[in-house]
Amino acid sequence: MKINVKDLVLNTSIIKAGQQIFLSGTIYTARDAAHAKLIKMLENGEKPPFELKNSAIYYCGPSPAKPGAIIGACGPTTSARMDIFTPRMLEEGVKILIGKGARKDFVTDSIKKNKAIYLTATGGVAALLSKTVKQAEIIAFEDLGPEAIYKLEVENMPLTVGIDCN
Amino acid sequence: MRTITADTISAAVEKLCAETNFELPNDVFETLKNFAQKENGISKNIMNEIIENAIIAREEKIPLCQDTGTANFFINLGSDVKISGGNIYDAVNKGVCAGYKNSYLRKSIVADPLERKNTGDNTPANIYIDIVEGDKIEIWFLPKGGGSENASSLKMLEPSAGWNGVKDFVLSVIKDKGKNACPPLVIGVAIGGDFASAGKLAKKALLRDLNSKNATPFYAEKERELLEEINNLGIGPMGMGGKTTAISVLIEVKPAHIASLPVAVSIQCHSCRRKKIIL
Repeated sequence: MKINVKDLVLNTSIIKAGQQIFLSGTIYTARDAAHAKLIKMLENGEKPPFELKNSAIYYCGPSPAKPGAIIGACGPTTSARMDIFTPRMLEEGVKILIGKGARKDFVTDSIKKNKAIYLTATGGVAALLSKTVKQAEIIAFEDLGPEAIYKLEVENMPLTVGIDCN
Repeated sequence: MRTITADTISAAVEKLCAETNFELPNDVFETLKNFAQKENGISKNIMNEIIENAIIAREEKIPLCQDTGTANFFINLGSDVKISGGNIYDAVNKGVCAGYKNSYLRKSIVADPLERKNTGDNTPANIYIDIVEGDKIEIWFLPKGGGSENASSLKMLEPSAGWNGVKDFVLSVIKDKGKNACPPLVIGVAIGGDFASAGKLAKKALLRDLNSKNATPFYAEKERELLEEINNLGIGPMGMGGKTTAISVLIEVKPAHIASLPVAVSIQCHSCRRKKIIL
């Protein structure tokens, strides 16, 4: 099933756990260090570098783009390390989480409570996934190197629904 | 004495960094293809993605995984080799710095584990050197991703635990953490040694050809038994269920203290990248 980020954030109940989808639209990368920084900004009352409400976050730290390439290899990292930050992000309105692996129960509860959704990508197929990225731009935390926040435009990114909102 | 320059070592390491991250070793590729035939549904799709990814990475020189790893080197240094123009540690790190920069590999090392500022060039590498006979340098490169490394574990068992204790520990590690380590996995197991040497040996086991067996029939049988029991756990590719949780178990053993039975489990994701070069 093909689905757009814009449609999915407005109604996450249209797909169910176990379903395979092809996602297109705007997603933002954020992994360990970027999450820590985002949470700190929120705690200090600062405005995050992108609108969290109705956004999609991809747990990913890409490898650098070769000359002429849009992006380097860009597969998912282990989602569980972001568990501690996730309920706060969901309360801020993040609707789509993309990563790999299991989540803790309190994250599952928060996903359901906030009507969000967790999608999983296959780990270690980063060359394949890089082909689905049509645009990439660093929008924040460039000093973090691979942990900077990239704004990505993806087309038909192959994902499986890990945790649905129901 | 044969003289090898530090620059020769750096250049060889630079080349290894690139090739190893773009090309899945043939034994790993073929083993994954064989296991893919046993899967169905989502698990089959995942195995097919892994195989397709390896083809794209090799043809287009894109890293197999964005996590191009900690740079681990296992070096067999011939005692008849003299290195000129610098020391071997600096030479390897220089090669890593150049390789990760020039081949656009990800820099994944932080200088201080708590402060966590990226060193920017993927150094320092982990360099393990054994002195061997001869006038050659054999350099094995094993880039290792953080996700699978985080699943690795070590336990100091009591000798009375025996093989069953070893097996239970290995299975418990896979059950607890295997799902997040990008299965199907390659499992390096070291039995014996001490706290420090067991961890190193378990990691070194990952250099073995996946079609190889432990030279001792007893441990070769244990490799087969463990692989079967791990695959009976049903974790499957990427933890989505299935027959293939691991594609190989590689056991290495070492003499131990009369009071000790150390067991180390080095977990390697399906992107089992390693390559050697001989100078």
